[in-house]
Amino acid sequence: MTAHDPKMSADHSNEIGLYAKRKSVFPKAIDGRFRRFKWLVMAVCLVIYWVTPWIRWDRGPYAPDQAVLIDLANRRFFMFDIEIWPHEFYFVAGLLIMAGIGLFLVTSAVGRAWCGYACPQTVWTDLFQHVDRLIDGDRNAQLRLQKAPWNAERIGKRALKWAIYLAISFATGGAWIFYFADAPTLQHEFWTGNAAPVAYATTFVLTMTTFIFGGFMREQVCIYMCPWPRIQTAMLDERSLIVTYKDWRGEPRGSLKAAQKATTPLGDCIDCMQCVAVCPTGIDIREGPQIGCITCALCIDACDKAMADVGRPRGLIDYCTLEDAEKEKRGEAPTPLLKTIFRPRTLVYFGIWSAIGLALLFMLGQRARLDLSVAKDRNPEYVMLSDGAIRNAYTLKLRNMEARPRTFTVALEGLDGGAMFTDEMEAASARKALSIEVPADTTKPVRVYAIRPRGSAPAQFAFVMTANDDEGGTDRAQTTFTTAQGNGQ
Amino acid sequence: MAKSRIDDATGVETVGHEWDGIEELNNPLPRWWLWTFYACIVFSIGYCVAYPAWPLIDKATAGTLGWSSRGQLEGEMKAEAARKAGLLAELDRASLEQIATDPRLRRAAIDGGRAAFKVNCIQCHGNGAAGSPGYPNLNDDDWLWGGDVASIHQTLVHGIRQPGDDATRMSQMPAFGRDGILNAVQVQDVVSHVRVLAGEEKPSASSQRGAQVYADNCAVCHGTAGEGSRMVGAPRLNDAIWLYGGDRKTLTQTVTNARYGVMPSWGNRLDPVTVKMLAAYVHSLGGGEETPAPEAAPAEAAAGPAAATK
Repeated sequence: MTAHDPKMSADHSNEIGLYAKRKSVFPKAIDGRFRRFKWLVMAVCLVIYWVTPWIRWDRGPYAPDQAVLIDLANRRFFMFDIEIWPHEFYFVAGLLIMAGIGLFLVTSAVGRAWCGYACPQTVWTDLFQHVDRLIDGDRNAQLRLQKAPWNAERIGKRALKWAIYLAISFATGGAWIFYFADAPTLQHEFWTGNAAPVAYATTFVLTMTTFIFGGFMREQVCIYMCPWPRIQTAMLDERSLIVTYKDWRGEPRGSLKAAQKATTPLGDCIDCMQCVAVCPTGIDIREGPQIGCITCALCIDACDKAMADVGRPRGLIDYCTLEDAEKEKRGEAPTPLLKTIFRPRTLVYFGIWSAIGLALLFMLGQRARLDLSVAKDRNPEYVMLSDGAIRNAYTLKLRNMEARPRTFTVALEGLDGGAMFTDEMEAASARKALSIEVPADTTKPVRVYAIRPRGSAPAQFAFVMTANDDEGGTDRAQTTFTTAQGNGQ
Repeated sequence: MAKSRIDDATGVETVGHEWDGIEELNNPLPRWWLWTFYACIVFSIGYCVAYPAWPLIDKATAGTLGWSSRGQLEGEMKAEAARKAGLLAELDRASLEQIATDPRLRRAAIDGGRAAFKVNCIQCHGNGAAGSPGYPNLNDDDWLWGGDVASIHQTLVHGIRQPGDDATRMSQMPAFGRDGILNAVQVQDVVSHVRVLAGEEKPSASSQRGAQVYADNCAVCHGTAGEGSRMVGAPRLNDAIWLYGGDRKTLTQTVTNARYGVMPSWGNRLDPVTVKMLAAYVHSLGGGEETPAPEAAPAEAAAGPAAATK
C-alpha cells in the first residue's frame, strides 16, 4: 500500500476509536396490525411465564400437586400428567431436538419471527420501553430528557422509572424459582426468610440480569451477545419472509415538498423517518436486510400509517422474500403466501419435526412404569454353607414409577432347586417367590440371597418382577448363579 | 504498517494494520464491552486479596477470607457428623434387640457397619467378608462362637483369645502331635476319621482306628459326631466348611500343632455405637441366626457366653 496521499491523512484526523459508545434508542409508539399482534404474543408469553407454576394438578397423596414442577432435589420432572425420571431424560432431549428443528422450520418459513415476537429479550425490552413511554413520554420527550441536565425532574423520573424496572425485574427473577419447588410453600418461605439460599441467589441474579438486559442493554444483547441472530441469518434463504423495504418502489425518496420541486418523479418513500423512529433496535430498514433487524415489523406499521396519511398504497415496507423482491422489481406478481410457506424445505422440516413428536408420544404411551435390575455380588462370588449348599447374593433394585405404593412378586425363574431370602428374613424361611412392597415413586434396593442344594451346577437364571395389582406389568433381570465350577457362562 | 483508510467495498475505516495486503476493518466494539473487561480486572484484584492466589515458596497467600479447600472439607465433615449425630445417639440408646426389630435403625446400623467393616475388618476377613484360611468367612452359616447378633457383638467387644481381656472368648486345642499325646499313626488315623465325618472320604481301617482316638481325645470338645461346640469355640467338623482346610496335609498340621486363632477385642478400640453397627452388619450377611429364645433355663442361659454381653 502506498499511503501518504492527502485524502487519507484527512481521513485519519477524525479516526474512530476501537470502541464505540452505545447510541441510545428511543423507539416511538406506533399502532398497527403487527403492534397489536406483538401485544398479544407478549401477553400470552408473560401470562404463561407467571401463571404456570401456580397451576395445581392432583396426583394423589404421594406426588406433588403442582402442574409443572422441576424437582431437582428428588430428580423428578412433572408436567401435568407426565412424570419424567432421570433415566427418561431422552424425552427432554427429544423436546430440545424438536425445538431445534422447530427453529429451522419457523426461520425458513417466516424468518426471524422468534427474535421479533417471542424471545424473552424482545418481550421484556418491549415491556420496559412501554415503561419508558409511561414515565418519560414518547420518543421526543425521551430525547429531550436525555439531553436535560440532572435537575429535579430528570432525577425524579429516572428514579421512578428504574424503580419500576426493578419491580418488574424482581417479579421476573422471583417467578423463576417457583418452577423448582411447590410455589405456595416457597412463596411463604421466601417472604419469611426461610427459603433455601439458592432461591434468594437465583432471584437476585435473575432480577439483576433482567434489570440490566431489559432496562439498559436491550438491542445490544441481540447485536453483540446473542448467537441466535447469526444462526438464524445462516438459515434464511431467498424464500424466507423478511422485513423488506421495497426500494424499487420507494426510491428516489423525498418529502412531499421535495417532490413538488423535483424535475423527475420521486418514489413512494416520503423520507418521513418514521420507520427509523419506531425501530426498537435503532436501525434504518431502508439500508436493506441487516443483522440488527429482529423482524418485529413495527416499521411496517409505521410506514403503512405514513402511506395512508399521504394516500399511497400500504406495504412500501413489508414482509417479503428476496425472491419476491426480485419478481416485484421486474413487475411480476409475487408468489402466493401459502406457496411461500409450504415448500419442500419447510415441509421436510415439518415432517422431521412431527415424526420426532409422534415418536415421543408413542414412547410416552409405551414406557414401562416398573423396572427390575440386578447386581450380583462378586466378592465373594459364592458362599459354601455347612450342609454343602451354595448361596449367591444379589442386590435387586425394584423401581416403582407410579405415584402410589405397589406390591410386587419377585420370583426365581430357571433356578432348579433354588430358594431365596432377603437380609430382613431368616434363612430358614427361604422360598421361590417373595412379595415386596415398594413405596410410591421410589426405587427400592433389596438384598437377596439365593440358595441351591449341594452339588448344584452353575446356572443362568432370571429374577422376574410382577405387579400384583390390576394394572399389572412385569419385568425380568437375567443373572448367573456361581459355584466353585464357575458361573455357567 | 499502513495508515488507516476507508475501505472501498464496505465504506468502513481500517484500523491501519496490514499484513501482506490483508487489512483489518474497524467495526468498533461497544464501549460497555470494554468496561466489562475492566470490571473483570477489578474483580480479579479483589479475588486475589480475598482468596488464596499467589504461589509463594512453600505455600500460597492465604487470602483475607481464610478460605481453603481443606477447611471447606472439614466444615462439610463436621456438618455430616452433626447430621448423623441424632441417629447415632438413637443407636447408642437402643439395645441390640431394639435395633434388630426397628427397620429404620437396623438399616442405619447395617449401612454404618458396612463402612466401619471396610476400615477395621477387611484386613483379615476380606472386603466381601469371605475370610481366608484361618479367618472365618462371615457370610456362611457356620459360627465358631455363635451367630446371633448378641453373640457376634460379644465376640466383637471382647475378641477371641485376646490377651488381657478377662471376658474374651478363650479356649485352647492341645497340640496332640507336638506334645506327644498322639503318635504319628494315631494322628493320621484321627485325620481319616475327621474326613469321614465331613464326608470327604470313605470309611477305612485307618478311620475306624481313628474313631476310637477321636472318642478318647476330641469328642469332648468337637462332639461325638463332630458337631462342634460353641461354648468353647470348637469348630463343627461334620460340615462342608473348613477354617484352615480339610485336606490331609492341613488337618495333619492342625492335629499335630493345634491352632490358636486370635481376634482383637474391639470394645476398647471402637466406640460402642460402631461395634453395635458392626454386629448388625455381620449378622445381615446371610448367615445371621435368630437370638435364642429365652425359654431355656435362666441359669443355663446366664452361663452361656452370649448372655454375658455387658
